[in-house]
Amino acid sequence: MQTKTKFSALVLFLGPSLAVIFVFFFLPVIIAFMLSFTDFDIYSLGNYGYLRFVGFKNYSTLLSEPLFWTALKNTFYFVLVGGPLSVATSLGAAILLNSKFIKYKGIFRLVYFLPVVTTLVAVSIVWRYFYHPRFGLLNYILSLVGIGKIDWLGDPTFSMPAIILLAVWKNFGYNMIIFVAGLQNIPTELYEAASIEGASAWKQFVHITIPQLAPTTLFISLITMIGYFQLFAEPYVMTQGGPLNSTLSIVLYMYQEGFRWWNIGYSTAIAFMLFFIIMIGTIIQFKLQKEGED
Amino acid sequence: MGVEGETVSKLVPEFEKQNPGIKVKVLQIAWIAAHEKLITAFASETLPDVFQLGNTWVPEFQSLSAIEPLNPYIKKSSVVHESNYFPGIWETNVLDSTVYGIPWYVDTRVLFYRKDILEKVGYKNPPRTWAELYDVSKKIKQKLNRYSFFIPTNEWLPFILFGIQNGSDLLKDNNSYANFSGKEFSDAIKFLAKFYHEGLAPIDMQQVMNVYQAFGEGFFSLYITGPWNVTEFQKRLPADVQNEWMTAPLPSPNNDYPGYSLAGGSSLVLNNKSEHKAAAWKFIEFLSTAKTQLQFYKLVSSLPAVKEVWNDSAFVFNPYMKAFYEQLNKTKPTPKIPEWEQIVFSKVQQNFAEKIARTSEPIDNVLKQLDGDVNSVLEKRRWLLEHNRK
Repeated sequence: MQTKTKFSALVLFLGPSLAVIFVFFFLPVIIAFMLSFTDFDIYSLGNYGYLRFVGFKNYSTLLSEPLFWTALKNTFYFVLVGGPLSVATSLGAAILLNSKFIKYKGIFRLVYFLPVVTTLVAVSIVWRYFYHPRFGLLNYILSLVGIGKIDWLGDPTFSMPAIILLAVWKNFGYNMIIFVAGLQNIPTELYEAASIEGASAWKQFVHITIPQLAPTTLFISLITMIGYFQLFAEPYVMTQGGPLNSTLSIVLYMYQEGFRWWNIGYSTAIAFMLFFIIMIGTIIQFKLQKEGED
Repeated sequence: MGVEGETVSKLVPEFEKQNPGIKVKVLQIAWIAAHEKLITAFASETLPDVFQLGNTWVPEFQSLSAIEPLNPYIKKSSVVHESNYFPGIWETNVLDSTVYGIPWYVDTRVLFYRKDILEKVGYKNPPRTWAELYDVSKKIKQKLNRYSFFIPTNEWLPFILFGIQNGSDLLKDNNSYANFSGKEFSDAIKFLAKFYHEGLAPIDMQQVMNVYQAFGEGFFSLYITGPWNVTEFQKRLPADVQNEWMTAPLPSPNNDYPGYSLAGGSSLVLNNKSEHKAAAWKFIEFLSTAKTQLQFYKLVSSLPAVKEVWNDSAFVFNPYMKAFYEQLNKTKPTPKIPEWEQIVFSKVQQNFAEKIARTSEPIDNVLKQLDGDVNSVLEKRRWLLEHNRK
């Protein structure tokens, strides 16, 4: 009798949200997974009779497609360079903001957080001027230290660094806030004890701040990695994947295949491939963190 | 779409005055998102009664059965007749002798050239044949040590254009297999490749960040491009070269001047699920009258599809427009299949064009690779043809 009431209470409390999650999340994911084994395309959209089951063909084509490997390489470049850079920038900003010597913390926090809440499309227009090869502010600053003109968004060597710079600037404020919260949770006694023992600021940072922040850092680096693997909006608005596919990310490639050429079957296969890559990345990070703790 | 979308609203009041009882709501979308939006609208059955399609999109929407066959309407119409239009452009809207779209405005590519530079090497007239095109480029290189012909490697267009000029059908067997390694196409590509390999055309697109500046400086002196650049050139070229440039129809591989160009432009189509087909057709007719077409040209300067309009003084006294009129009488459509856009953008443009300009790999091998890539895109089409035959 008691279990029964418990069950109905469960249904009452969890039912609505589970139903919503099922309809709007699990169901589309399951359908997408099934579609990744078909050749759903523009013809099938007009007539479902033209849909064929193709097994793993989408996945095998994907692995033999040079453009996929280019996109994968670019995405890894972005994650491996942009990710750590972004985490380090947020940590640095958080430590500065947490320092006793800084005045008007509220203003700085607001200023650093502003890029996060600004729309990317608006930002990208400003950044395109900033990167302009002839009239851009960045090249002007560089010319003051004697560096010649760089075509940031037009040169395949510099386009990805340009995108990374934009993404780091745009996102570091969010992580910074989390880091600030983490820093404020570190008991001040630890620092007091350390300074009585005569530990330098750097020693305090390495032996107190970093270990105490470990859970926060794990969370932030995971979220950043997952977010950065899904790089899309920045190249979509800034470069459309060019020049010479140097900023084509996996999600952008998926978008082009899916919504430009309407190869839905193929593009869902790309989506699941990305899902597996992110899953593997997450597992590796968890493992590394565990080893670090032992 | 784009500017046309903005401007067509200005024409609507006149239509509503002529046809009391019909109210037109204009829905504007940006070109860049247009294709995606239209397909999504199709999937959710919210396509408007009349809409604009880039004429290379017509086959795709026909294969979705999204657009109405227009033959019965044209038969009864006092406004729309095939003979009013340029034949190559009209042809892009016809699939298996059924008409699906009415040309709204047209677009084709012609040769823009620097008169002064060509004169310096002894050419009073623009090149009329491929041989002359090559010869004038060689001379510019020898005498002035400059590039001559700008063939962008980040565009599919020049490669397909020269293939078509040389008589290639690009695809074969009812458009179900690629035919890029065929003789006509490979000869055309080998001809183009000479310009890159002999230093007559710039390979590195970074050097031509700004075509207007480069053309103004004489960095190159021959460039194949479209009608929008007439106004752009007038606006952006430096004053001292304003009298030194002109447009001309394209050179031809043989003596049959001018050579073919591509039949571009936009068409008006009817949603076949529309509940207001008669009224929608009236609106298409309204936009197709010579009067509205001229008004439309004056508002956006998109080239009118109706030939009669070209007799207006706006065209007769515009020297740059003469080449376009001549060229429009000699255009050919690209293969009319839904996959075509994907083939040119994701295969020809993204992978192939650079390879031709840069690598030392034999061109025949590159073309065979391209055939293979394109054949895999066409696999579904072959299956469908097979399937529907059974």
